[in-house]
Amino acid sequence: MAKAPRLDNRTALPFVLPFVAVYGLLFLYPTLQMIWMSFTNSQLIVPGKFVGLDNYLYLFRDWRFGRAVSNTIYFVAMTAIPSTALGLGIAMIVARLKGRVQAIVLALFFLPYVLPVATVTTIWGWMLGYPDGVLQGLIALVVGHPVRVFRTVSWILPAVAVVTLWWTSGFNVLLFLAGLRAIPPELYEAAKLDGGGRWTQFRHITWPLIWPVTALVFTIQLILQLKLFDQLYLYVGGGQVDATLVLVQYIYSLGFQKDRGGYAATVAVALFVIVMALSVLQFTVLRARGRR
Amino acid sequence: MSGEAVVAAPGASQLRLIRRLDVGGLVLSIIGLGAAILWAFPLYWSIMTTVIPPGGHSSGSALTDIGNALGLYAHVLFGTEIGLWYVNSIVTSTGVTVGVLFISATCGYAISQLAFNGRKLLWGMILASFMVPIQALIINHFFLMNALHLINTWLGVILPQLIAPVAVIVYKQFFDSVPKELREAALLDGAGHWSLLFRVFLPVNWGVTAALAIIVFIGAWNAFLWPFLAVTEEPLMNISVGITQAQEIFGVGELAGAILTGLPVALVYLIFQRKVTDAIIVSAGIKG
Repeated sequence: MAKAPRLDNRTALPFVLPFVAVYGLLFLYPTLQMIWMSFTNSQLIVPGKFVGLDNYLYLFRDWRFGRAVSNTIYFVAMTAIPSTALGLGIAMIVARLKGRVQAIVLALFFLPYVLPVATVTTIWGWMLGYPDGVLQGLIALVVGHPVRVFRTVSWILPAVAVVTLWWTSGFNVLLFLAGLRAIPPELYEAAKLDGGGRWTQFRHITWPLIWPVTALVFTIQLILQLKLFDQLYLYVGGGQVDATLVLVQYIYSLGFQKDRGGYAATVAVALFVIVMALSVLQFTVLRARGRR
Repeated sequence: MSGEAVVAAPGASQLRLIRRLDVGGLVLSIIGLGAAILWAFPLYWSIMTTVIPPGGHSSGSALTDIGNALGLYAHVLFGTEIGLWYVNSIVTSTGVTVGVLFISATCGYAISQLAFNGRKLLWGMILASFMVPIQALIINHFFLMNALHLINTWLGVILPQLIAPVAVIVYKQFFDSVPKELREAALLDGAGHWSLLFRVFLPVNWGVTAALAIIVFIGAWNAFLWPFLAVTEEPLMNISVGITQAQEIFGVGELAGAILTGLPVALVYLIFQRKVTDAIIVSAGIKG
């Protein structure tokens, strides 16, 4: 970083102006407006009256909000830890491979991550199709009969979780792979000389050294999965979705379907606060990592 | 799996061979390859299904099957507005990419190389908004874009997607590590900061720009929620949204449409694999 002796305010202005303008207009202003709106009874595009804490008090009585929170937690629980574990497991396999084979295997695992959500949901919708999708055989094997997966409430979120794991785990693989490559190979050589088996090597070398990456990946996943909308929306649509309601979908439905902009903003503020709290957690984790 | 093991002395050779081959490692490699193939099975299966539809029979000749599949894809391409949607996606994704890179490179340069009032505050705000949930702002983005009459326009799709503090962070970090001598030499030659940025700092970090460009483009191509809200008229939709609304395609046509939607980004990834992985690792803060 250059420590220039004098200030270059006039030089700096045109450099920062484009970003500051975009950031101010499209991030700061909407954020402040969201907070203001959450204290009003606005419609989506028609400003309303100030109603004090009414919206916030209503949050606690609103069973749909409660349902959205618990469904979101349920979904995060089904995805955050499994996708972190999958990422680590796959990365450890990929790390053992060499050259061409490694590149191909990594590409196969990573490819789903770059696909648009509609591609992913359509492929899995077909595979889970009732009654003769290719995966219905597997389902029949476990529960005894084919299932209308996206028409059966108890199946919807777990199925979306499986699809999401397939879609997003490749990202974790990359981060873990970078972490694994940073572990000095001499450590493993030394462990081998001491007669340590694979499990011992994992317990005493890989796991402690990869832990900071694990914490990072896990917190990224927590935040990412909390924002579930696209996949779920494409499977259950804008129709009767109360049973599988999640936070972002609730914001969408309040704002765009029920025209209750003020209350939608209140739910958005709640989501904002949750994500910010988790970001602070992540930041603390990263800082702790920096200190090691 | 070295070739030497094969020519080891007889007798002990088998034992050595086993040790050299590292049986456990070999098994893991096979498991790895098997798992990767299983992982990619949905992709293979979906493509194959568009060639030989379920319940349909292979005509017995691969040539005829492929001919039928091409007919199916042609129907999807020309029977829907998918051509328009491709154009919309290309324009808006390119717009987002150029916009994000421009505002991030200039701002990252200023924070890294210039001293100005408010520099610390700006940097702090950028770091703090690293992980902001843009989804929470959909109501207010819609409100704003509606007020600016930008609903159902390319610009309306692009603007809210320009919020990408990560790109500023990445540029700032890379600009920090550009050798001071380069800067001093150029300034002595009378170059201004703009030419310093565009003639020295950006070219030196060309790889970063390319990597960021690719992932920002893929991200914008794949974006669903905002483009879905910002556009209500079919001809103006991005392909990622349009394909989910198309009434003209059904049956295996849906699968073919889904494949055509993902194909461009899949190709971009396969061509620029290294850049994509580098960009993701750098922007997650693992290194850099």
